[in-house]
Amino acid sequence: MAALQLEKQRGRYAALAIAAVVIVVGIPLWWKTTETYRAWLPFSDISELDTLQLQLSVDIEVVFSRGTLTPEQQKKVPLSHVSEKEHKIDAKTGLRYKYETRYRTATVMEEDALNQQTAAEADLSLHMLSESSCGSVVVYVIPESSTLLPEDVKVYVGQRRTALLRSPPFKSSWSLKEVLSSLDVKVEQVVSTMSFNHEDIVAALSDRVRMTKVTKESMADSMRAIKSSPGYEITFSLLNPDPKSHSLHWDIEGAVKSYIQPLLNKLAPIANFSVDSQILYYAVLGVNPRFDNSVSAYTLNADSLSHVINPVEARLGSNAASSNPVLNFLLYVPDAHHSPLFIRDHSKREVPSNAFHSPRWGGIMVYNVNEMYGPEAEHPVDIHINMAKVMGVFLAQLRLMLGVQHTHPPPGFVLQSPGSAGLADWELDRLLWSRSVENIATASTTITSLAQLLDQIGNIVINDNIAQQVSSAVTSLQSAVAELEAGNLAFALQYSREAILASERAFFDPSLLHLLYFPDDQKFAIYIPLFLPMCVPIVLSLLKIVSEAKKRRADKQAKND
Amino acid sequence: MDYFNLMTICAFLHLLVSIPHAYSNYVETKAGQFFSSGHTNNWAVLVCTSRFWFNYRHVANTLSVYRSVKRLGIPDSHIVLMLADDMACNYRNPKPATVFSHKNMELNVYGDDVEVDYRGYEVTVENFLRVLTGRLPPSTPRSKRLLSDDRSNILIYLTGHGGNGFLKFQDSEEISNMELADAFEQMWQKRRYNELLFIIDTCQGASMYERFYSPNLMALASSQVGEDSLSHQPDLAIGVHLMDKYTFYLLEFLEEVHPASQANMNDLFKVCPQSQCVSTPGHRTDLFQRDPGSVLITDFFGSVRKVEITKDTINLTSPVEPSVHKSGSGDIQIESLTYVDQLPVSEIIHQKPKQKDWHPPDGFILGLWTLILLVFFKTYGIKHLKHIF
Repeated sequence: MAALQLEKQRGRYAALAIAAVVIVVGIPLWWKTTETYRAWLPFSDISELDTLQLQLSVDIEVVFSRGTLTPEQQKKVPLSHVSEKEHKIDAKTGLRYKYETRYRTATVMEEDALNQQTAAEADLSLHMLSESSCGSVVVYVIPESSTLLPEDVKVYVGQRRTALLRSPPFKSSWSLKEVLSSLDVKVEQVVSTMSFNHEDIVAALSDRVRMTKVTKESMADSMRAIKSSPGYEITFSLLNPDPKSHSLHWDIEGAVKSYIQPLLNKLAPIANFSVDSQILYYAVLGVNPRFDNSVSAYTLNADSLSHVINPVEARLGSNAASSNPVLNFLLYVPDAHHSPLFIRDHSKREVPSNAFHSPRWGGIMVYNVNEMYGPEAEHPVDIHINMAKVMGVFLAQLRLMLGVQHTHPPPGFVLQSPGSAGLADWELDRLLWSRSVENIATASTTITSLAQLLDQIGNIVINDNIAQQVSSAVTSLQSAVAELEAGNLAFALQYSREAILASERAFFDPSLLHLLYFPDDQKFAIYIPLFLPMCVPIVLSLLKIVSEAKKRRADKQAKND
Repeated sequence: MDYFNLMTICAFLHLLVSIPHAYSNYVETKAGQFFSSGHTNNWAVLVCTSRFWFNYRHVANTLSVYRSVKRLGIPDSHIVLMLADDMACNYRNPKPATVFSHKNMELNVYGDDVEVDYRGYEVTVENFLRVLTGRLPPSTPRSKRLLSDDRSNILIYLTGHGGNGFLKFQDSEEISNMELADAFEQMWQKRRYNELLFIIDTCQGASMYERFYSPNLMALASSQVGEDSLSHQPDLAIGVHLMDKYTFYLLEFLEEVHPASQANMNDLFKVCPQSQCVSTPGHRTDLFQRDPGSVLITDFFGSVRKVEITKDTINLTSPVEPSVHKSGSGDIQIESLTYVDQLPVSEIIHQKPKQKDWHPPDGFILGLWTLILLVFFKTYGIKHLKHIF
């Protein structure tokens, strides 16, 4: 009897011990080993980034040359002035523009520079004197009667960041404040031409804010320029459909080095560029040109141009190693039987450049060579292509593709052509403003949507490298916004580039694929066969112990009574 | 009488004058229409998810859509074609290197220039979702990626065997409609498409688009929930069914579309009514912003490029610096080229074994331990066991 009791006791202890081990050791062990590894992410910082309040600061310097101000007015200069404008785009995005204007009189050397014959020379010598920082604008106010600018020209915008403004008429009895207020309107016009303007910035924010009503022009502009990307590939192709008649030579390497490379060097802060070229033989256009008797030439009208690109694109190769967007520039030399070939626009007029482009894809130029040889020439004829003319067109198309927008300055403005540099400094500044805003907007939406995704789906593993990329993206974004506020455009662009690279790398990491969509019944189906056979004896034995203890207590009660 | 003649002459002259004006207006509106859809490039992702010879028709479906899409202008670099099995070179194909879509071997949709990007066992749910969301390993080549941007219109075509809420891949796994909807939402978050057209030709296909919740999606399916999509005609020489009914009539419809045609989505919705298809095709347009009647077929199936005339050029005056040619037979320095090791044998031989993560013991180990415990209890005291069980 006693031995039986001892046995029962031991059995009870065994059951209790097993239950204790299962609950104390087993369940935490199972929980720990089946949880997914999720590194810590700065969710609070990311939710702060969701509302974007951008401030863009421009440094404007207005320099009065001799003869514009009376000595009375000149006494109060130097002077500085800050004006701010706020725009609320939507509930989560706000913009503030800060214009810091400093007024001063010209130094002796600047006066000498302004005494040049033409505005272009004046601009060049002014540039020699001082280098203005990225993003700033310098306006030189010259006397109303000055002969530096032609009669009807009020503003001359140079190749760098300076502009020459013919002073509007004002009386010498006016105080300085009145003079400045009458000048402000003109200066504002100059600044909105040379620096960012509201429409460009709002278009750059299109990733965050889907504009519902846009003008056709702004939509065309936003569709034409290629999206911001860390690198671009530019491919120049020469299409020769008739090698039997024409033997074409083009010095593409030299042309790229002379004309395209300076532009790409200037754009180096924005992206990496790689340039390559190819020659395609027996490549034909997909449409048949029609012979026009009035000009005795073949013509391609604008409607059929859209069908030209597709058959050609199948023949163009692309660099398989990179995933960067490609910009193609094709030079088509028509075959001898279809020369000369001209392009007509929608109103059937001749197009002087004989070229067309497709948004976000590239451009095609038709180069006629029939005038270079007579009918008695021996085929194939050696033809050297005039690369300056060709590159002039390609450079213009490249600028459009990369987002250097057409500026429509107010009347009376003259914009100096950028020439061989390819890009004026102030055009570069405009591009930098819109690119940094675009990068910041894209990076912030990427990071916030990534955080949302990771929050929603509890099963995704967050590795350390993703957490690190996200943290670095967040810090770069914060630095970029701070630099924009301070007005350092170059640093802002650099930080925004780092932010977008890190955020894209984090978002597109291959390990973030959520393939684990487990409905609850599947989870049960997995765990029940494993745990039920183990838990049933434990639970039953515990129940047995409890019922036996109750019975003993009832017996004891009965015995006591 | 005279007055009447005068009136008619006046009316005629007026008409003559107004026609060119109307025509120029028409040209202007056509030009304006170029930008109304908001897309600048087109992509297509065509997936066939079934393997085995008797699923010949699914490969033929996908290839015929591929043909139409290429004919209407989308280049191979913008098409991601995924075929789960090789029918053209299958052992059971009596006409190797061909895949026919019409009986009596009328139309070979395989042709000579098919570019299959994912083939055979590479067509998995994981790879499909990776292509859509863009989360591919960095070594993936360009042809296997969907490099769309926020101005791309994407056509997605799926075919295979499906059920209520899932589509079967390769006879071993499934993709659910929730996963697909989540993938599209991730594409939308990253602005990887402007508008998306989703076509599915499987049994109970409409269930696959029920759960979509992202904007700018339009979906078509070959059958409603509870209905089966049927196949069209068998070819007695090849021995299998060649096409599915819905895609067969879709192909007939697309054959009449050419790159400049103005056919719109409402015509596409009418393809294969129940009298022809036996199943009822369905479509979903509530997430789409534009009216389907204004959406052209070529917006998704073709690739009509928008072009602009280049008006400004830059005057370049400085002469081209000729690139210096190193001529001279003396010592021609040729840059010695090095190639990456195809098979880095030394690395493979000397590599250390990879660190494997610790996994808890699986079923076999658990069973073994259970057996050991039972044996222990049996030998040392069944009486201990009695208290537990």
